[in-house]
Amino acid sequence: MQRVDLGMKNDRGDIELAGVCKSFDGVTNVVDGVNLRIADGAYCCFIGPSGCGKTTILRMIAGHEDPTAGEIVIGGQNVVGLAPVQRRTAMMFQSYALFPHLTVRENIAFALRVRGQSKTDRLRAADAMIEKVRLTQFADRLPAQLSGGQQQRVALARAAITEPRVLLLDEPLSALDEQLRVQMRQELRRMQQELGITFIHVTHTQLEAIALADLVVVMEQGKIKQAGAARDVYAHPHDRYVAEFMGGQNVLSGRVEKVNGASFTLAQAAPDGIEVPLQARPAVSVGDKVDIAVRRDDVALVRPGRDLPPGCTTSLPSRVLAIEYQGYFVKVMLDTVPDDEFVAYVPEKTFFADPFTVGDVVTATWATGSALPLA
Amino acid sequence: MSAVLADMPERVAPATTKAIAPSKGGRPWTFYVLATLFGLYVIALYGPMFCIYVLSFQDIRGGLVFPMKGHSLHWFVDLFTQVRTGDVKGSFDRSIKLAVIVTVITVVVSFLAGLGFRKRFRGDTFVFYMMIGSLVAPGLVLGLGTGLLFQALGLNASWYTSALGAQLSWTLPFGVLVMFAVMSRFDHVWEEAAYDLGASRWQSIRLVMIPVLAPGLVAVALFGFTLSYDEFARSLQTAGSLNTLPLEIWSMTLNVTSPSLYALGTVTTIVSFIVIGASLGSIVLIQKRRGSSAKG
Repeated sequence: MQRVDLGMKNDRGDIELAGVCKSFDGVTNVVDGVNLRIADGAYCCFIGPSGCGKTTILRMIAGHEDPTAGEIVIGGQNVVGLAPVQRRTAMMFQSYALFPHLTVRENIAFALRVRGQSKTDRLRAADAMIEKVRLTQFADRLPAQLSGGQQQRVALARAAITEPRVLLLDEPLSALDEQLRVQMRQELRRMQQELGITFIHVTHTQLEAIALADLVVVMEQGKIKQAGAARDVYAHPHDRYVAEFMGGQNVLSGRVEKVNGASFTLAQAAPDGIEVPLQARPAVSVGDKVDIAVRRDDVALVRPGRDLPPGCTTSLPSRVLAIEYQGYFVKVMLDTVPDDEFVAYVPEKTFFADPFTVGDVVTATWATGSALPLA
Repeated sequence: MSAVLADMPERVAPATTKAIAPSKGGRPWTFYVLATLFGLYVIALYGPMFCIYVLSFQDIRGGLVFPMKGHSLHWFVDLFTQVRTGDVKGSFDRSIKLAVIVTVITVVVSFLAGLGFRKRFRGDTFVFYMMIGSLVAPGLVLGLGTGLLFQALGLNASWYTSALGAQLSWTLPFGVLVMFAVMSRFDHVWEEAAYDLGASRWQSIRLVMIPVLAPGLVAVALFGFTLSYDEFARSLQTAGSLNTLPLEIWSMTLNVTSPSLYALGTVTTIVSFIVIGASLGSIVLIQKRRGSSAKG
């Protein structure tokens, strides 16, 4: 494809946010001092509840909002104040925002049209792009005549034809039904690898984020809570918020009863407390209130009086509150801790070898090393 | 309003036929009551006009009342050949010209107002009510006031100055109201998308807004045209020495006692239908062109 010359010096799509703040009313910061580095060609997902500022960050990178303070650097150049075209970013809107009066081909060629490319050139370029997103047979249709998945591909193609260095996607999958969502998720990843550019994707679905992203950024109230590789954020959440938001973790809190070298003991309902390895956490002292996380799939359930599995030192007597069959695992909800939810994901085969029923008394336990102290 | 209705989006859910009770084949008695009511409504609406049209086709013996005496086009010929019937051709010309000017101004101003009100601004409610407030003023009074104002300023009243102004005070508020209804269906994320893809403000208006809003703009134009074409109250004191068509018809009712008056009614109705037909036709054409380019 012919490159549209916009006088931009480089193709680097690495992004740096430095102290970025945004306030709409001059009082509260919707985005509050965000610092982040996104590598060139990375797939980055911003995740958080609605109103956490993730979409505002996206729109600031896209050039649809200006930050109140801070710098947005793309490819080594501060782009604050530049138009999207000058930034060489392109945005895919939540509802796709396809022009209703233009056909698929004309929609995709729009960016080239406003740049003054001749009709033959731009339609040829559009057709090449249409082929890339596998829409050739729909080229002459109007957006209203397409399914949700096809509309998304048109939106993707329309954004990609400008050859951006960064593609920004605002909840791109939220308009689709469940099955299509999984399918389009793969397609997004495929397109990202094919185009070889930075994707920034805003979502509120944890599964989507960890399935797609090289870099997951968890946000709360305008601040970044944790940024890292998907596995890192999921398996090693920094704090209670991230652990609860990403899911898959039981969070318990208690006071430190005893500190013994590389581990400490948390006072809890367990007869001997809970032994927790310090891991990366700075030292704790007796009396500190500490949160810990235990993965739901690390929790084993043992009938009372039986031996704990090897490596387990904690035993929390519990009662089964509810059981949900989930296919390859069974979700067992327990009353282990008074205020927090406590759930064990038991592999299907293990569960049905000796199934529990609601009301059964069990002992919840886990390998000591898998308890994670939170900040 | 029919143009606006014709332009309604197709995504309105189809009405279910079994909304209240499952149908047992026959129609409920309420259907016949309502159908009769509707029939009476249609007769009340079109009956009087129909009388005029029928009576205009009498022959030379024709009078102003039923029964009908023969059939011919005599009074249509009479209308355009007899001087005593008044300046029909001149007033018709003026009315069409005036309606076209009013239409153009109404469409442009309403569109710009629609653009202006895309975002909320300080005092927008006040500005909005200021724009449509003149609708409540009685037309005759407003026309009288306009005439007085022109006199006080030493300007001559004429159809293309004072009458134009008085008519705009009527068509602009309507145009703005219709435009707002049209604009409410315009998703502003389209503009944002156009900006994202590198379109300038002007390109975004020209390539996205106007084409998307085109059927609505035709509706505004139709409104402006018909409101102006048969505007009477506001024009009465402002048209100056040369009459517009409604004024001419009115003066004819005072001194013409032949069916040529009815012939004039028939002719003006035909003109109205042509204008409305052309407008609706253009809306259909716009939508069809989109449809066919979509199928190609």
